[in-house]
Amino acid sequence: MRRVEVAIIGSGPAGLAAAKPLLDAGAKVLMIDRSDMLGGQLTKQTHMFFGSEKQHASKRGIDILKLMVDEIQYHENLTVLTETTVVGLYQDRVISCVKHDEYFKIQADYILVASGASEKSLPFENNDLPGVYAAGAVQTLMNVYGVKPGERVLMIGSGNIGLIVSYQLMQAGVEVPMLLEAADTIGGYLVHASKIRRLGVDIRTNMSVKRAIGKASVEAAEIWRLDKHWQGIPGTEEIVPCDTICLSVGLAPLTELLQQAGADIKYVRELGGNVPIINKKYQTSLENVYTCGDVAGIEEASSAMISGEIAGLEIARSAGYKIDNIDQHISRLHDDLTNLRNGPHGEKIRIGLEKVGVK
Amino acid sequence: MIEKTGVPSLEQVKQEFPDKVVLKKPKAIIECYKEIPCNPCHTSCPFDAIFIPEDINVRPKIDFDKCTGCGICVYNCPGLAIMVTQIKEGKILMKIPYEFTPLPKVDQTVNVVNRAGEKISEGIVRKVQLSEKQNKTALIHIELDEKYAYEAITIEVLHGS
Repeated sequence: MRRVEVAIIGSGPAGLAAAKPLLDAGAKVLMIDRSDMLGGQLTKQTHMFFGSEKQHASKRGIDILKLMVDEIQYHENLTVLTETTVVGLYQDRVISCVKHDEYFKIQADYILVASGASEKSLPFENNDLPGVYAAGAVQTLMNVYGVKPGERVLMIGSGNIGLIVSYQLMQAGVEVPMLLEAADTIGGYLVHASKIRRLGVDIRTNMSVKRAIGKASVEAAEIWRLDKHWQGIPGTEEIVPCDTICLSVGLAPLTELLQQAGADIKYVRELGGNVPIINKKYQTSLENVYTCGDVAGIEEASSAMISGEIAGLEIARSAGYKIDNIDQHISRLHDDLTNLRNGPHGEKIRIGLEKVGVK
Repeated sequence: MIEKTGVPSLEQVKQEFPDKVVLKKPKAIIECYKEIPCNPCHTSCPFDAIFIPEDINVRPKIDFDKCTGCGICVYNCPGLAIMVTQIKEGKILMKIPYEFTPLPKVDQTVNVVNRAGEKISEGIVRKVQLSEKQNKTALIHIELDEKYAYEAITIEVLHGS
């Protein structure tokens, strides 16, 4: 069985940010990603990022990806396995992988699970009709492969992803007549909402989709008002002609690998679902198994990058590498995280982390 | 109500504007109505006219005495929440961020919309700015009647032929 020093599962913003300090310290890193390119969700983020300069604010996600990959890709201690899906993680830090038709196992001294999140779905009649997409899929089609998902899209969900993908659909020349939000108020940043409202997207709160209409694919959506318990109100139905219904109704941490290995897990609604119990070092309950990014709780890419850097530094320290001023560096990163989570949009994550008991 | 529709009230909008006399010179109008963790407007301003403290969730505060209306914050704002406005001889001259193709052409007549996306007037494109450092966010200079100063926000997206 192949042995590696540090295996990073997932090459999104968190995994990439973790690889840098590890390689700088001298560690040998294996980075595994199921996609054919590095970057995870960054590969499709064509919008400018928020945050401060330290998290590359104002740069576009795709450009941040280039910067992060450039920093590490030719490092002699880095090995990259793309198109490789990690299908198992065991307590003795053996990971099993599938690449094309090949199945193999790797033994690692340290494992960093940076597998990100999966999109949640929404139950409604005919939600299996072609033309019903998750927002991430729409973004991949448009921004990675240059394929329009449809000509007229009804967006469901007003979190930042729903708002941003609506804007990007319009940039691709797709019509977005309406965006529905089940809650009382818009979930994402108001600047993103205002940006699409002024371009004609009708944002409606307390509303959701009742059913998709169409024979072979989506031809329209029936929508309705919701009461305060998020139940549809009969008699309020409207028909919206569209060929695509795009679901942006939240993300769930991809904790399955950690669950399989027996890590302590807790369901925390505010963090998006099942999350591993971690300490401030991003260490799970399993020896030498760490995590970072959305696996530890759904947040923005900016915080994923910071948590990845912290996890990378902590692994390097635990593995015995000497890093100058590491304590000050890590404490500054924790301050940056606190700062990002300080506003009203950080409240959910603050409550969630309290429940996990991160100290 | 902006939290429900994305449309700020006229009152909210007016609070972000300086006195009309000040607008004889171009000034940045920042419409960042809710705290978010973000500060590129502050760090990109070459004149220290926009302030956000250490806690980057605090809303930006602009010093209209220092603002020159250069427009650098306009294309650096990830929320596209800033424009530059000037009032001159009964006309307003706005610089708005624009991230669509094709870009409008100088002297082209375009449809100007309000914050609800409704067409309010026609406007004339006076300049189209897109340099390398703008990183794909163009600045479009639009001229229209002064009476739309508090209403005009952007232009209808142009479609390629």
